[in-house]
Amino acid sequence: MKISYREAMREAMREALATDPRVFLMGEDVGRYGGSYAVSKGFLEEFGPERIRDTPLSELAFVGAGIGAALGGMRPIVEVMTVNFSLLALDQIVNSAAALRHMSGGQFSVPLVIRMTTGAGRQLAAQHSHSLENWYAHVPGIRVLAPATIADARGMLAPALADPDPVIIFEHAQLYNMEDELRNDWQCDIGTARVRREGSQVSLITYGGSLPKTMQAATELAEAGISAEVVDLRVLRPLDSETIIASVQKTRRAVVVDEGWRSGSLAAEISARIMEQAFYELDAPVERVCSEEVPIPYAKHLEEAALPQVFKIVSAAKAVMGKS
Amino acid sequence: MIAFKLPSLGADMDEGTLLEWRVKPGDQVKRGDVVAVVDTTKTAVDVEIWETGTLFEILVHPGEKIPVGTVIATLLAPGEVLSPGEIPPARIAEPAATGVSQRRPVSPAARKHAEELGVNLDQVTGTGPGGAVTVEDVIKAAGGHPQDKAADMRRTIAIAMSRSKREIPHYYLSETIALGNAVAWLSKVNADRPVIERILMAALFLKAVARAAGQYPEMNGFYRDGQFSQAAAVHVGVAISLRGAALGGGLIAPALHDVAEKTPGEVMKGLSNLVQRARAGSLKSSELSDPTITVTNLGDQGVESVFGVIYPPQVALVGFGRICERPWALNGEIKLMPVVTASLAADHRVSDGHRGALFLARIRELLLRPEDL
Repeated sequence: MKISYREAMREAMREALATDPRVFLMGEDVGRYGGSYAVSKGFLEEFGPERIRDTPLSELAFVGAGIGAALGGMRPIVEVMTVNFSLLALDQIVNSAAALRHMSGGQFSVPLVIRMTTGAGRQLAAQHSHSLENWYAHVPGIRVLAPATIADARGMLAPALADPDPVIIFEHAQLYNMEDELRNDWQCDIGTARVRREGSQVSLITYGGSLPKTMQAATELAEAGISAEVVDLRVLRPLDSETIIASVQKTRRAVVVDEGWRSGSLAAEISARIMEQAFYELDAPVERVCSEEVPIPYAKHLEEAALPQVFKIVSAAKAVMGKS
Repeated sequence: MIAFKLPSLGADMDEGTLLEWRVKPGDQVKRGDVVAVVDTTKTAVDVEIWETGTLFEILVHPGEKIPVGTVIATLLAPGEVLSPGEIPPARIAEPAATGVSQRRPVSPAARKHAEELGVNLDQVTGTGPGGAVTVEDVIKAAGGHPQDKAADMRRTIAIAMSRSKREIPHYYLSETIALGNAVAWLSKVNADRPVIERILMAALFLKAVARAAGQYPEMNGFYRDGQFSQAAAVHVGVAISLRGAALGGGLIAPALHDVAEKTPGEVMKGLSNLVQRARAGSLKSSELSDPTITVTNLGDQGVESVFGVIYPPQVALVGFGRICERPWALNGEIKLMPVVTASLAADHRVSDGHRGALFLARIRELLLRPEDL
């Protein structure tokens, strides 16, 4: 049966709420409005106001409350409307949630899951469209996930809730309406990257909202006679270097596709690792396809121009092959 | 102006990849000089030139794959001078080097591979970004993927051998030959020789076959277009198995020239040299294209007899098995005797069993009197 990414995520939360009384959902508009992206639609009626809690517009306060609940034995899912707004809660996430296990000498853990949307493409302009996954992937003490398939949307929440430490799940806004078959083997780990398409000449390494674009680019490259392998990172911290390096050792060429800005990006980290661990396997310098270094524009044509697109990925892959 | 075309380096070759030029425009060349190295599906071959003159222009560059017969260079005949109109303009004013020293782009993986394969990077054409040398370029310069190479060679052998069995009505004869005299003669001759110059039985076999082939011309030559033409000299093709990963195994039968005229010592020296070069991949074009009869010696691989498949367009193949001791009747007594089974596979379109038997008997006679070889 085909279901949407939104429905897959909703099913995952419904299962968690139904099977574990410690799980509750908290965030702006998650209850009466059904969630800004309608992921929790119907939950208030189904699970009641005790477990589906609308919060004031204060990320600092409600993320902090989530940390407290987790310390107290609950398994909260906190929804933040976009990664842009999560910056208001950075102090709670970085200085408290990520650090408490370390600072308490292992006495306290924070089994908190924070879900937030990320990414551009919906003309929501510079305060709702950024991709700041790398800010969180920089911080020791938290695990960062980027489900990019229906199966991962369905499967990643349960192991995230089972993790004794804080886990952040990034849901790209452009993926919610994506539909696909949900196969029976959707259960998954939250530690490894996956090869989504096998290829032999260039590795396209990506995650999140850029995965569908990258898969499309690989199809176009195949038509041009170039065999591209697509690696979906899935887990942005800790990075699965082994899968990345194994792919690059096979293809000898890499293009990293990342909707974040190039400077200080996850793409930068990945190309550094490839250089450190696979320098003598490389047949060309690593290429990056990232967002232009501007606040994401409102105008549709400017927004499109600022983001990674299929043609940019195709041309970067051709460039590392020595073709134009 | 003389056009120098890619020669056929064996009956089964229809294209080759130019690997390297050994000469440059302006060089004087004479008949027999090695001017280029060309990769066939079997091995890299040193190509000799058949004209004397001055190399004028190189038309095919390393890495290019071309059919047999393609003009690969032009030569000026001795005394020939070009009128100014004939000189291509680009060659009058070569652009001067810019003097900017820039490190040639070579990918890290290509550099590593070149070192492992012993490839000189200066001779590799780059096809990567900005003309960078890639792993594929290095592998191509080293003669291709070993597995491709092995598959190519297998295919080549398959084509030649299928053609042989399809077209040539083989007949087979065999004879066991007493080698007592030959063994005794060799140990006497070798007693005075340093180890590396010692003559092996294989050299006597080649010599005996060459001498016999000279007397039975219907064994020595080529069958083409429904007609047999006998060869003027005897160039014995020596079947050599290729070992080593770079070549991926396989079989090649290059010629040892004018064996009948050489002493056993010279034949031995030529044989060692030929085997060494065949395995190193540096055979000359004439050696690949002109064997007139083939000898296969499976002796050291432990079987007593071999019935070979004729290599077209040749018309005969002589095989030798393992030398072993057998009870042998001689002058009314039974004694132990080193013996070898010699076999003949011959083309019935050209000769009959009777002549084949006389030819094989002649080889036996020659091996019984090694001192006359």
